Amino acid sequence: MNDVVIPFEHRQTAHCESGVVSRLLTHAGLPISEAMAFGTGGGLTYAYLPFVKFGGLPLFAFRMPPKAIMKGVHKRLGVRFKFETFADPDLGMAALDRHLDEGRVVGLQTNVFWLPYFPPDMRFHFNAHNLMVYGRRGYEYLVSDPVMDIPTTINASDLKKARSAKGTLAPKSLLYYPVHVPKPADVDWGRAVHGALRFTSGMMLYAPVPLIGVWGIRTAARALRKLSMKDPRLVKLHIGHMVRMQEEIGTGGAGFRFIFAGFLQEAAALLGKPALAESAARVTDAGDHWRQFGLSAAKMCKDRLPLDLGNLADQMLAISDLEKQAYRQLRAHA
Amino acid sequence: MGRSKALYALGEDGRYQVVPSNGWEAEEIVLDQAIDEFKRLATEAHDRARAGLGSALEYHMYSRRMDLALLADVSGFWQWQVRRHLRPGSFSALSPAKQRRYAEALGMGLDALNALPEKT
Repeated sequence: MNDVVIPFEHRQTAHCESGVVSRLLTHAGLPISEAMAFGTGGGLTYAYLPFVKFGGLPLFAFRMPPKAIMKGVHKRLGVRFKFETFADPDLGMAALDRHLDEGRVVGLQTNVFWLPYFPPDMRFHFNAHNLMVYGRRGYEYLVSDPVMDIPTTINASDLKKARSAKGTLAPKSLLYYPVHVPKPADVDWGRAVHGALRFTSGMMLYAPVPLIGVWGIRTAARALRKLSMKDPRLVKLHIGHMVRMQEEIGTGGAGFRFIFAGFLQEAAALLGKPALAESAARVTDAGDHWRQFGLSAAKMCKDRLPLDLGNLADQMLAISDLEKQAYRQLRAHA
Repeated sequence: MGRSKALYALGEDGRYQVVPSNGWEAEEIVLDQAIDEFKRLATEAHDRARAGLGSALEYHMYSRRMDLALLADVSGFWQWQVRRHLRPGSFSALSPAKQRRYAEALGMGLDALNALPEKT
């Protein structure tokens, strides 16, 4: 097959989906930072879903499910993405080749475990990792993985395996690319930011089920308190898992609070609304408390602190209150 | 390569910026914990397989950082079938076609799937 290299500027970002959206849109002529993509895409949330299992443990999500940011920027910025999934992995690879031949950089959903360029101790079966392919050389594809510091390559069979992985959030060889990108001057940033803030704060404050938003944090705290202490090893695995969902690549938790705060600052400067910068400080505060929670929990896993679920649950309740205030303030300013 | 991550952090001027980071204590601890758990499970499975009490499949499952539910999802078998195939006789009695489904799921060859490596 012929080689293809599409000129593409790699940049490392904190989160894969907002990173991919930011890079793909910038590449298509709408420069947008990761924080702005994350914020206007409505990427922030909290969800405690005990019936979705990762390795037998419940899902704690700090961001919206995969593709949500792309749908959010579709709604608020007028960007349109095309999504293609394939039941047959070979067809998925053929479609990728076709897009590259046509000079298109595409985003792919992959399973982290099957990406050989990841450090071994970060390779887990997590199915919703996004990366971009910007070319092909022999049997290798040129990859711009938003969480990597430099561009990298992957061979065709590894990429096929990573794209066709099964299980929770299976990628089904998903590929996507923007088909309609407005000119920067045509985007109404004020409206986009306003809509996104209403959306995110509304979800965090008034979700109709007690598993989402600040209410979800309280429910997760209550569940933590009720955990059976019969087997301390299992308890440690549970809280370790909570921190992993909070800190690790892909879901990252406190990190998302900081990205969101970055978005608020940027929006404050862009729209001349200093009140948003004030809210940014509150969200930062919540992020700091999540980090503190993560550290306490991790230390308990290592027996550097006595195992105390009540203490962790109390920290979560405090965070829930902090976030409630932050989103209320945001809603007042939005 | 690829070790450093990008993080949003407050700069001196109180504005957010993207800075490289090498991870931090809490993250390291919980990653190690998860990996150690898989290692422990793999080692136990290895011992069982060597004693003839389990199949090599169980070892390979954990060494690929999977568990029963995930392997069932990926291979297309039911969980009760996978559970049965973790027994030694039951696994070796499987047809090559069925064994190949496991080999495919775990990303390894048929021979490697049936063999138990010397050291875990």
